[in-house]
Amino acid sequence: MKAGEGKVRLLVGKVGLDGHDRGAKIIARALRDAGFEVIYTGLHQTPEMVVATALQEDVDGIGLSILSGAHNTIFPKITRLLREQGGADIVVFGGGIVPDEDVPGLLQAGVRAIFTPGTTTRQVIDWVMAEVKPRRRG
Amino acid sequence: MKKGGGKAATVRRATRRDWEERTLKEVLARRPERLPAFTTVSGAPVERLYTFEDLEGWDPVEKLGFPGDPPYTRGVHPTMYRGRLWTMRQFAGFGSAEDTNRRFRYLLEHGQTGLSTAFDLPTLMGRDSDDPMAEGEVGREGVAIDTLADMEALFRDIPLGRVSTSMTINAPAAVLLAMYLAVAERQGVPLESLEGTLQNDILKEYIAQKEWIFPPAPSLRIITDLIAFCTARVPKWNTISISGYHIREAGSTAVQELAFTLADGIGYVQAGIDAGLEVDAFTPRLSFFFNAHNDFFEEIAKLRAARRMWAAIMRERFGAADPRAWRLRTHVQTAGCSLTAQQPHNNVVRVTLQALAAVLGGTQSLHTNALDETLALPTEDSARLALRTQQILAEESGVANTIDPLAGSYFVESLTDRMEEEAWDYIRRIDAMGGIVKAIEQGFPQREIAEASYRYQRQVDEGEKTVVGVNRYTEGDAAKIPLLRIGPEVERAQVEGLGRVRATRDAARHARALRDLQATARSRDNLMPAILGAVKAHASVGEICDALRPIFGVYREGTVPL
Repeated sequence: MKAGEGKVRLLVGKVGLDGHDRGAKIIARALRDAGFEVIYTGLHQTPEMVVATALQEDVDGIGLSILSGAHNTIFPKITRLLREQGGADIVVFGGGIVPDEDVPGLLQAGVRAIFTPGTTTRQVIDWVMAEVKPRRRG
Repeated sequence: MKKGGGKAATVRRATRRDWEERTLKEVLARRPERLPAFTTVSGAPVERLYTFEDLEGWDPVEKLGFPGDPPYTRGVHPTMYRGRLWTMRQFAGFGSAEDTNRRFRYLLEHGQTGLSTAFDLPTLMGRDSDDPMAEGEVGREGVAIDTLADMEALFRDIPLGRVSTSMTINAPAAVLLAMYLAVAERQGVPLESLEGTLQNDILKEYIAQKEWIFPPAPSLRIITDLIAFCTARVPKWNTISISGYHIREAGSTAVQELAFTLADGIGYVQAGIDAGLEVDAFTPRLSFFFNAHNDFFEEIAKLRAARRMWAAIMRERFGAADPRAWRLRTHVQTAGCSLTAQQPHNNVVRVTLQALAAVLGGTQSLHTNALDETLALPTEDSARLALRTQQILAEESGVANTIDPLAGSYFVESLTDRMEEEAWDYIRRIDAMGGIVKAIEQGFPQREIAEASYRYQRQVDEGEKTVVGVNRYTEGDAAKIPLLRIGPEVERAQVEGLGRVRATRDAARHARALRDLQATARSRDNLMPAILGAVKAHASVGEICDALRPIFGVYREGTVPL
């Protein structure tokens, strides 16, 4: 972790109607404990709300937890909205109940990584450290 | 047997202390135990050995009683599974009402004895399939129900007078019950004969599952209206299934599950009394729903402690006179959160052990998870295997042949007592906060659960707690198993169907019914007749909830403790 203004800011979010926030809260807390600045959206966000918050809070990465099976709808919508609204360089990653065969499509839609059940918080932290850099600001 | 001399006399007098000095010490010095301390999956300490000394002063008459007698530690029925096996009730629901109707009939054909309906997220949240928030979620985690037409399709060719139906629905529970009653009326089944259970437990939604619509006060008003209606008109219906299942799935410990569930139960009984209901009239129809997690004895002890505590709560705290009100009847589901995507066939073994714990704990009905449920809703084959697991337990293992076989075990009784004490401790803290609603508003149970869930995840990440196939005995690639896929066509068809209902229903009748509903909501009259009227006028779940939202307000979670 770089200190000071180089600190990576992350948005952890729950999108859609899915209320299962155990995983999202664990990841948010683990990332915070690892030294990142973490904002947690709370539940029942729309893709539009997540993107607006991400841009307003000037985050470098967005981690989304989806356990409802709506990942094929929600992830691509978020990456599209980010591209349209000047956030194309915000790294989007996700986790939840995502069958293996859905992962390539999501990666193609611009999601950088999908963490499936059994992933440790350490693996997510290491990945974020390696892949999410402070965006060029200003 | 040889008559012992001095030596035998010493053995008879031996205490644990003697044994530790004489036998154990030397062995431990040579070879330490596998771990410095042993704990349950919840992190509760487990001693090396439990003996009669742990039960000193323990009175079996007071602590256990007999089956069917208070305090019901040994079970709520005098004959338990010798009289009748538990109800095998597999939760099912996906796609359209027609898809789920086929699965229901498949399960009934294979020997299932009760139905259990899973609704999709939009339905659970009181939203229609064409609501923008529902995009991508229609029919995925359960069946999509918008209007009465869907409910009719869901129960087509299933005689509602002869099955008992459980419906897992909370915030809009009154609407779905009204639809079920309307279908029963059309089938010509008298409401008095209907049997089933509504989950209808909004408090645990605020605590754990987070599928809410209205704030606590109006939510409790809807619930007490529903209870009053059912007490008078649908007397065999279990009006609330007070649920620890989701609390546990959110990461609580076993004791937290026990404590917060009973605290929710206290909240509902108090709400009913405050609404003017007679305690003995409605509380016998409250039922419970617990989780069966991996730690075998902890789960058994939890269920035994729950029964004993509820009997005390109903008799002593609420002064209920009807013994039916003292009995904690429960459904159990094996722990979804314990299943692993890695080596999914291992899940069959986990489920078997969890189901065994539920049975030894004296459950009244049981859902066994399918091996693929951590990845998707179960396929027909995996659902059948899950049901067969129960049938093998019930009819081959012999565990159903005698009642509460673990009673008197030094360990099980010590654990039951300790969990009870710790749960009372939580309940006292919640009482001191002013009750469960106040505790929820302060985020107390939510915070306790978040702490426990984070602690457990750390233990798994550090390898302190083993998860076979995940942090030990791992294999490279995940085994490929066939999964149930729900295609986007389900959502399209559902939205079209809803459109057809909207286009063809009697618009004036529909508008009138929703106006009546709003007027009732503003008054103090019972909401159920107005909801039934709206449902019969083909108002959708979303429309009915939308009519109530401006009057009741919507719930917003406060700052979420991480």
